[in-house]
Amino acid sequence: MRLAVIGAGAVGRSVVDLASEYGHEVVAVADSSTAVVADGTGGRDAGVDPDAVVARKAERGIVGDADPADALAADYDVLVEATPTTLGDAEPGFSHVTRALERDRHAVLANKGPVAERFGDLRAAVADSAGEIRFEATVGGAIPAVSTVEDIEPGHVTAVRGVLNGTANFILTRMAAEGLDYEHVLAEAQDLGVAEADPSFDVDGTDAALKCVILANVLSFGAADDPADAREFTLEDADVSGIRDVPGSALRLAAEDGRTVRLIGEATGETVRVAPRLVPENGTLAVSGTQNIVQIETSHAGRLNISGRGAGGPETASAVLGDVGRLE
Amino acid sequence: MSDDRDGAPEEAADDDASPDGGHASATPSTHTVRLELVDEPGQLLAALRPIADNGGNLLSIYHERGNKTPRGRIPVEVDFEATQERFEGIVEALRSEGVNVMQAGTERYAEEVTLLLFGHLIDTDLSDTLSRIEACASASVADVSLAAPQGTEEASSARLRLEARAGETEAALAAVRELAEEKELRLVEPLTGVEA
Repeated sequence: MRLAVIGAGAVGRSVVDLASEYGHEVVAVADSSTAVVADGTGGRDAGVDPDAVVARKAERGIVGDADPADALAADYDVLVEATPTTLGDAEPGFSHVTRALERDRHAVLANKGPVAERFGDLRAAVADSAGEIRFEATVGGAIPAVSTVEDIEPGHVTAVRGVLNGTANFILTRMAAEGLDYEHVLAEAQDLGVAEADPSFDVDGTDAALKCVILANVLSFGAADDPADAREFTLEDADVSGIRDVPGSALRLAAEDGRTVRLIGEATGETVRVAPRLVPENGTLAVSGTQNIVQIETSHAGRLNISGRGAGGPETASAVLGDVGRLE
Repeated sequence: MSDDRDGAPEEAADDDASPDGGHASATPSTHTVRLELVDEPGQLLAALRPIADNGGNLLSIYHERGNKTPRGRIPVEVDFEATQERFEGIVEALRSEGVNVMQAGTERYAEEVTLLLFGHLIDTDLSDTLSRIEACASASVADVSLAAPQGTEEASSARLRLEARAGETEAALAAVRELAEEKELRLVEPLTGVEA
């Protein structure tokens, strides 16, 4: 498949870097202000040089000399939308995807915004297109959460829950292990590059909530006979509380009783909830550090657990490229 | 704790007949019924008779004289042992005697739930918080551990173990949730029904 990769952050760059290993070819790459488009010399199949793109981004902060609009207009089979997640109208990611669909091309999203905030609009755009969308990378990084739910069939999945934010999990794990307070561990996480300078998105539960909203949409739309009857979820429908004010003493009390606290997200076709919850210290959901886990509750197949890396460039790129493979 | 002096039939023979430990419905288990009695002499005895007469082995009676049900009657909780089959007969007999059975379930507090509360627990009157949780009909506070590392003025944490009647954990949690919201305390709920 010929890929146009929009967004040149850690995920976008990893997709560019790894595409050939998966038998795909990158024909265009754009960041927010620059782009590179394969010029077609050497035949229609000559893509852009991944090493050169990654080097230019690292050295000069640009991916090429072209305009981002050129990348969007390039002759690709699949648009990879890997720009930063935005809330509300989910722009510009939403328009990147719908433009691809209008051209009857596929889109694979790593950007949570459009699938969390405008799922209904996206489904409508897909209905009018010969193209499809996939978005495995938006939930749990490398963990195949969405495709597993699809394989089981959303109508036979009663709930999906889990630990879906590595930063918050790292902080809770360290607080419990070292008996330290939140501020202390946050500073450590920032030093290690596990937490961002502004950690709100992660520690307030927003990121986990977006992932759960996406899962709720998959469950709701997947189980409905007619998409028009499906309930659409957005971040506003989620009941969210974060970990910012969880005191070290609460984790100590939990540990005395063989328990610990994890930021758990839960999605059903009816509700979305993210909150710190008490779980058994050695239980399945008490994954450590930046690990994520997705637990799928099914009607006929019991409970499935999938744990792994919930973030990271190559990890998330592997989910993107897996989606591309499913579109072939 | 079980008292066989009143001659409740032994079911041991039936027990032995199912060595695989499968659903031996003939094994007596503890049941709790919550009754509503009119405050008149003889009412309690009249309510207990159908239990004993139908093969229930009385374990305890909790006569909440200080409390009134919304209809102005007196709530009484009776624990007894009986097989499932006899238990059903007892509830039926009670009802046909005109005794109002408000609740009938196996084991008094069948479910345990542990939760954390944190925030200004002391300033918001912890003992009031606990007694209000107790006042909620579906739960009882079995255990409290408090950690106030920065003295009473700063945020502190508490771990609570609640005992709830079968099927009423969610109601008990909802009551605590509401109370936490009112007192601006943070509640860390357990992930119930998941810990397999």
